[in-house]
Amino acid sequence: MTKEMNLEERFQNYVDQENKIEPKDWMPEKYRKTLVRQISQHAHSEVVGMLPEANWITRAPSLRRKVALLAKVQDEAGHGLYLYSAAETLGADRADMVQDLLDGKAKYSSIFNYPTPTWADMGAIGWLVDGAAIANQVMLCRTSYGPYSRAMVRICKEESFHQRQGYEIMMTLAKGTAVQKKMAQDALNRWWWPALMMFGPTDDESPNSAQSMKWKIKRKSNDELRQEFIDKTVPQAEYLGLTIPDEHLKWNEETGHYDFGPIDWEEFYNVIKGNGPCNKQRLGARQKAHKEGEWVREAANAYANKQAERARKEKGAA
Amino acid sequence: MTQKDNWKIWEVFIRSKNGLSHKHAGSLHAPDAEMAIKNARDVYTRRNEGISIWVVESEAITASSPDDNDPLFAPADDKVYRHPTFYEIPDEVGHM
Repeated sequence: MTKEMNLEERFQNYVDQENKIEPKDWMPEKYRKTLVRQISQHAHSEVVGMLPEANWITRAPSLRRKVALLAKVQDEAGHGLYLYSAAETLGADRADMVQDLLDGKAKYSSIFNYPTPTWADMGAIGWLVDGAAIANQVMLCRTSYGPYSRAMVRICKEESFHQRQGYEIMMTLAKGTAVQKKMAQDALNRWWWPALMMFGPTDDESPNSAQSMKWKIKRKSNDELRQEFIDKTVPQAEYLGLTIPDEHLKWNEETGHYDFGPIDWEEFYNVIKGNGPCNKQRLGARQKAHKEGEWVREAANAYANKQAERARKEKGAA
Repeated sequence: MTQKDNWKIWEVFIRSKNGLSHKHAGSLHAPDAEMAIKNARDVYTRRNEGISIWVVESEAITASSPDDNDPLFAPADDKVYRHPTFYEIPDEVGHM
């Protein structure tokens, strides 16, 4: 007991001095579990995050837009893989993590349960959803767990193009015909609030946050990140000549931040519980893809086994 | 359907350009070395990060234990005489 206490104290001390924890270092079991949960959820979000956009690849309005969207979706697949690898360094099994997602047991970001009915949604997702994700991920570049931090550095480098391509789409639409501008405004109206929800519940409703901050897994609270995102995004919307759908949104001279209206947390929890507009569709798409890829995985295994067997025989004969 | 594939974990090392060493980039899953190279190309070199890839089965790597850090690395701490600044050479001698 005292020995365990000493280890935990030493661990905290080490983290407090801004040292990184690496896979073979001693860590409290709860630190490990928190990270496995957070990193795997993050990985699932990247993977499911491909779906709302993949929807538009074949219908992109130009080749330029199409190659960009394709590259973005491919990046998201890659980001999912970096993150699964980071979780594996903590002893998690990738097949288990994937299975939990397919069984509906694992969470992923609730934002991906919203539909993408128009091309403007590709703009709004890049600008707002990736913008919110980047705010969170920039913070996570300094997380205390080494492999997670390294994955985040890589991801952040790659993601800045995601947000820029989204904003460029919004700019084109906002400066286009009245119908195009309306389409951009409509997308902003639909994505604004779900994007704010991406940062998670308010600080006083987020009981695990304090421990994560203490261990420096998180470096900023949900509310801090949300405020940062709003402050940064409002001028960007103004530049586009679009209106953020919040009548309470107002610059506060005193705080130096924007005040904003109440978030509909009931909607947030409802989507998390599985009742969002696209939860079933997203999970169904993942299950279908996994099932239809089964023969590929089997064939790759069979080929690998055959080659290994042949190599063994040749070695034996020599 | 079996839930677990038996794909091994591979560590990926990338040489960014000739003249530099291969550097650890991350890991991935693949059934064999050939597929590991192909996957590494897709996962770790989408933006000209490399011109050469090494893949090594994770299992094949032996790592030192953090518990041994003291006996392994502490002895170097008090050997300042291994560094050039330990030796006093007058300025007149010039750069050495």
